Amino acid sequence: MDFELTPEQSLLRQTVREALDSDAGKAGSRGGGGPQETAASGGAPDEELGFSRRRWRDLAELGALGLAFSEAEGGQGAGPVEVMVLAEELGRAGAHEPFVEAALLPGLLLARAGNEEQRTGVLPEIATGTRLLAFAHAEPGSGHWQRRPDTRAIPEEHGWVLAGLKNPVLAGHCADDFVVSATVPDGNVALFLVDAGAAGVRRTRYATVDRRYGAQLEFAAAPAEPLAGPHETADHQNAVGVIQWAFWCAQAAWCAEAVGALSHMLDTTCEYLRARKQFGTPLAKFQALTHRAADMYVSLELARSMSCYLTAALADEAATESIVARAALQIGRAIRHIAPEAVQLHGAIGVTAESAVARQLARMTVLDRLLGGNFDKLRILAEHIGDYELVELQPANTV
Amino acid sequence: MKVTLSASEAAFREELRNFYRREIPVDIRERVLAGQAPTKKDVVTAHKILHAAGLAVPQWPKRWGGREFTALQQHIWLDEMQLAGVPEPLFFNVQMLGPVLINFASESLARRFLPATAALDIWWCQGFSEPEAGSDLASLRTRAVREGDHYVVDGQKTWTTLAQHADWIFTLVRTDPTALKRQAGISFLLIDLNSPGVTRRPIELIDGSHEVNEIFFDEVRVPAENLVGQENQGWKYAKFLLGNERAGIGSVGRGKVQLARAKQYAAQSRTPAGTLLDDPLVSARIAELENDLLALELTQLRVVAGSSEGKANPASSVVKLRGSQLQQQISELIWDIAGPEGLPVGGVGVASPQWARLAGTHYLNTRKTTVYGGSSEVQRSIIASTILGL
Repeated sequence: MDFELTPEQSLLRQTVREALDSDAGKAGSRGGGGPQETAASGGAPDEELGFSRRRWRDLAELGALGLAFSEAEGGQGAGPVEVMVLAEELGRAGAHEPFVEAALLPGLLLARAGNEEQRTGVLPEIATGTRLLAFAHAEPGSGHWQRRPDTRAIPEEHGWVLAGLKNPVLAGHCADDFVVSATVPDGNVALFLVDAGAAGVRRTRYATVDRRYGAQLEFAAAPAEPLAGPHETADHQNAVGVIQWAFWCAQAAWCAEAVGALSHMLDTTCEYLRARKQFGTPLAKFQALTHRAADMYVSLELARSMSCYLTAALADEAATESIVARAALQIGRAIRHIAPEAVQLHGAIGVTAESAVARQLARMTVLDRLLGGNFDKLRILAEHIGDYELVELQPANTV
Repeated sequence: MKVTLSASEAAFREELRNFYRREIPVDIRERVLAGQAPTKKDVVTAHKILHAAGLAVPQWPKRWGGREFTALQQHIWLDEMQLAGVPEPLFFNVQMLGPVLINFASESLARRFLPATAALDIWWCQGFSEPEAGSDLASLRTRAVREGDHYVVDGQKTWTTLAQHADWIFTLVRTDPTALKRQAGISFLLIDLNSPGVTRRPIELIDGSHEVNEIFFDEVRVPAENLVGQENQGWKYAKFLLGNERAGIGSVGRGKVQLARAKQYAAQSRTPAGTLLDDPLVSARIAELENDLLALELTQLRVVAGSSEGKANPASSVVKLRGSQLQQQISELIWDIAGPEGLPVGGVGVASPQWARLAGTHYLNTRKTTVYGGSSEVQRSIIASTILGL
């Protein structure tokens, strides 16, 4: 048992942190000394994109975007622990760049389900930052990711076409291509690659709660390329397994992003308590406030432990629905505790649009949703408590 | 990053798992698993069996009969004990005084007391708190005045756990009332409870149990060689000890057993729609607490919380704060599952199941967990100042 990072992983953390820090430009743009973010800072998002194109390229140059892809496919051949390290740093920096949504998640789907031509054609371009993807899976009223899609894939003379509606599609507003889940005529679920600019694809962009962007996609006879081909029905049945695995990897990355962000929010809060004076004294003199900060710290450490738990399980290829649910539940609870508390402890400033801590709260609120919110994960765990006697770290009780 | 046990770690755990179940009498273990407090005889019996197998003080240095267990080994050692219902080796001996003697006592004092301490030939209790010195321990007043080759001790200690069974007490006493900083006038003194002038008086707790006591010292003469380390350096040793106390009040294994039992009880409790275990509110609560327990266990594993290099580790405060809250929440869950059948406590031939009749008193008893070993408020202050720099 070992919770330490290897020297290489520590170096990755340092490298990414330095790159993101130097990017931040003027002091305070990360919310370090105060809540302001100046427009001049390198990390400022492009208005259309919702994130910095320049920083996306910097991440590409670091090898971050293709971290989890194999070297043959333009990546670094790294695993879940490296992804955790990267995601945590992105969270800590309050980065707007949709690493998971536009690179990791759709990329992993492609890596697992695509044929060689698809993989070698697309993955290197994701890694170099020249191509943005998004995974179109959720549908109106779908709630849980496991639901069979209503979107249908129909085999026609000249190829497959898709019909249906996908919403919400995270980072869908700027994607060049979509990986789309659809139900094929034999009733199985399959994955397809769709050019965003193709006829039959109608994209409606919108802002999301975290001030990023997403899109609704409507497919009407939209040409689609099946991943790994439709003739191998075995692969179709695998699509569900591939989607599940890719989502688990995404969840682990989101957990890590949350831990990084919450850690930063706590740091910022403590700095604020030390610096801010009222009644002639720093706020840090008030025990009511310092005790709440202490409680935040406890929540953070518990969340960090569970993030490691999930990542380590993925790295061991031993992840289960239960382990994912456990991590997501704990991190979700930590988000619901720490993020609003951080805002509260900043007083009125914490609720303004300009405030870094407020923007991180918005992102955390979305992350919590992506991790299943208050009910989803708890429901999964509650349904299975009768399957085992003692709750254990090393599942004899797997879901 | 590996969060699973290696093959050798798993084998180690399996060995302990089997040993505890094979060697510790089953009646003792069943009592403990059912939530009853072990008797003095239970504690001594179990401790001596463990000691004979080299498992009473495994975290101690080899020189003093230990096996220099790593933090992970200690975790497994304790966790498996709790899962098997084994009464732990006496905490005051093993986790509190022992390490202090090892780290700070003279060679002769260590030699004199450590073997008997390891074997539970001496049952130690902790004389720290006083009526006027709880959270503010440094304000303690029990006085020790040097007279020739003795100290004369006057004062009172309180909340002394299991003093009714104890032979000796390790105390913090004030040897220099003129010291500018109160902490600087405190010494660590070992006292035989059979000394003339020592009086013990029980304190009844809210659940009717007798766990803690008051101890009065009326001109008790204590040989000066019973001083641990240097005079007026006692506060340093105390902080070290308290860090171990905080870290060692581990109850994850016990929590797992209680939650497993809670599920059984819920499954046995019928409702119009099935059983309490089918009830989504109950099952959600159980699932939540199970998850919280796992998160705590992982955190204990990740952050080695015991005192080392002579100092307390602030991470021990995280473990103590959260662990004590969970103990209360778990006891509350079981109390909820018990329903009205939890109201009776005693009585012969009463239909309420035994576990239900223990649920209420256990809930009341666990109010102590967020107070002892440094209250939750104290732990938060430690976290805020030592870890967060506030």
